[in-house]
Amino acid sequence: MLDQKRDYVLRTVEERGVRLVRLWFTDVLGTLKSFAITPAELENALADGMTCDGSSIDGFSRVQESDVLAIPDPNTFEVMPWVDAKAAEARVFCDIHNLDSTPFEGDPRRVLRRNLDAARAQGFEFLIAPDIEYFYFAPPVRGETPQPLDEGGFFDLTTTDIASSLRKETIRTLETMGIPVEYSFHEDAPSQHEIDLRHTDALSMADSVMTFRVVVKEIAAARNVHATFMPKPLEGMQGSGMHLHMSLFSGDQNAFYDESDPYNLSKVAKHFMAGLLRHAAEITAITNQTVNSYKRLVPGFEAPVHISWARNNRSGLIRVPVPKKGNANATRIEYRSPDPTTNPYLAFSVILAAGMKGITEEYSLPIEADANLFEMTDADLSKLGIAQLPQSLSEALSVMESSTLVKEALGDHIFEWFLRNKKIEWRGYKTQVTPFELDRYLRSM
Amino acid sequence: MLVVFPDPPTADLARTLDLAGYKWKAVNSITEASSSEPTAGWSGAIIACDEDPEAGWAFVRALRKRDTPVAAVIVLVNGAQLADLELRDELFDDFILSPFHPREMEARLRHLFWSTVGTTRAEMIETSGLVLNLETYQASFEGKPLDLTYMEYELLKFLAQNPGKVFTRETLLSRVWGYEYYGGARTVDVHIRRLRAKLGEEHANLIQTVRSVGYSFGQVRRGA
Repeated sequence: MLDQKRDYVLRTVEERGVRLVRLWFTDVLGTLKSFAITPAELENALADGMTCDGSSIDGFSRVQESDVLAIPDPNTFEVMPWVDAKAAEARVFCDIHNLDSTPFEGDPRRVLRRNLDAARAQGFEFLIAPDIEYFYFAPPVRGETPQPLDEGGFFDLTTTDIASSLRKETIRTLETMGIPVEYSFHEDAPSQHEIDLRHTDALSMADSVMTFRVVVKEIAAARNVHATFMPKPLEGMQGSGMHLHMSLFSGDQNAFYDESDPYNLSKVAKHFMAGLLRHAAEITAITNQTVNSYKRLVPGFEAPVHISWARNNRSGLIRVPVPKKGNANATRIEYRSPDPTTNPYLAFSVILAAGMKGITEEYSLPIEADANLFEMTDADLSKLGIAQLPQSLSEALSVMESSTLVKEALGDHIFEWFLRNKKIEWRGYKTQVTPFELDRYLRSM
Repeated sequence: MLVVFPDPPTADLARTLDLAGYKWKAVNSITEASSSEPTAGWSGAIIACDEDPEAGWAFVRALRKRDTPVAAVIVLVNGAQLADLELRDELFDDFILSPFHPREMEARLRHLFWSTVGTTRAEMIETSGLVLNLETYQASFEGKPLDLTYMEYELLKFLAQNPGKVFTRETLLSRVWGYEYYGGARTVDVHIRRLRAKLGEEHANLIQTVRSVGYSFGQVRRGA
């Protein structure tokens, strides 16, 4: 079948007049990397991969073993609809291998494949549907506060029309690329938008999230608008999250569903949730990987702060949406801390690993926290045994560093590189003297 | 593409053809039928011989006399005109009594055009505006190229080869994915949703969901 798939890709390139094929892969930080090849090189690339210098890619090789092979995954070949049809371009995601053809352990896509295989060995398929939030701004000027489109001044036309036509075009493009959209809407903060993707298996979804970020940015840029997934671009406004709706399936059956349970949650679902809650602090550095991420995880903006779960309480870390009666397939949990700057391959990996740990060790689910946690005192919270998510990147990194779960899920290579890289990021942040400090201390002290 | 006589056809006929997903063109003369004929030729003809029998039958006869005959011809007659059919067997492939029931029309169209519209040439599948070139793997919908991944293409091909037939997810998995699949039956749902997204919102119902059974391409054939 692999030969047929390759043949299919080659014929499509020929028939559709594709001039350039972009080989896509993702570095450890979740940045999309791309290099272009001509159709003439494609056949070779599909069979043997393309050599590229890994030392220039964040989190890839150490210098002495710097070359790696990018091998296109023919399942992911798509013509890019926003490029001029006369000079069509296509993209294909790659798996990264060592020169001896063994899978490269620094490849995030490989990490996710490995974690999905482990869950599959226990009979589970991991399905994910993300709700992705982002902002549209005027092209950023260094040192200035981002300027939302909605506030006028930037465009002469009614700006809501521009934003909604951008969003419509984005959705049309996503759908053409085989990324179905469930809902989309304007969010609470000025210029903030949300697009909810329809669930797929986790590997396809990680690829889709990478594509999504490119499509949103490309389409905005074509209209001289800057789209950003930065978790908290505006102080005092809601930040951008990437809530993940998740379920496990065993064949045709939703393993999270149990008709006899009052919440319709199966044992598997409860153990999975318990695993996620117990290991939530350990995986937060991955799901929320920037200094700025932690400015979103504060009370008052519908972002989770506490490690808790509930059905209809949006202040908790896990929400269990109540599906329509009898819709077993829609039973799912929503993990609310991740933000859209995360590396989706790594985030899905550690989330799955935490949930699967809960299943294999049969963790028991803590009591539901249905009160509004934002209004409770710390003393009341600790009485309920409810801890907080890490408060900063630094704190998240030190919890992650002691986690064998995260180390196993990511593999040594990425685990060590990520910690090293992010500690440098934290140091860079910590050594800054901020306007906050100058305002507060310069005159009074 | 079906040729329909006369132009305009009755509203019932036009609606039935549209709902069943056939592409068609109404004409008022044999000259017009020849000048507007697509390069692949007409796949079939529907001729109303009930309102104006003389004009209708003249059109049928002219159609049959052409160098490139039309594969399947359906005539519409009313109950009082059944005698008109006698000694004209060679002119038509089937007839429908008017006023017709849409279901009957659909069923007859499907049986007649199954072999002609569905598989015009062995390496092409043409149905409901969809064209799949099995040799070049290219798909187009209403004349525009449709960019599909390999599995989307294989799934659409399998469904379109069997229009109106309902397949369970398990059948689709084993027939389309073969043994090299994982992800279980939900994989089928995901791919169906992707195909619908690519076909566009207004044509998403080309692939029908048959509740608690599976999927079919186009309207479900009764008794299938």
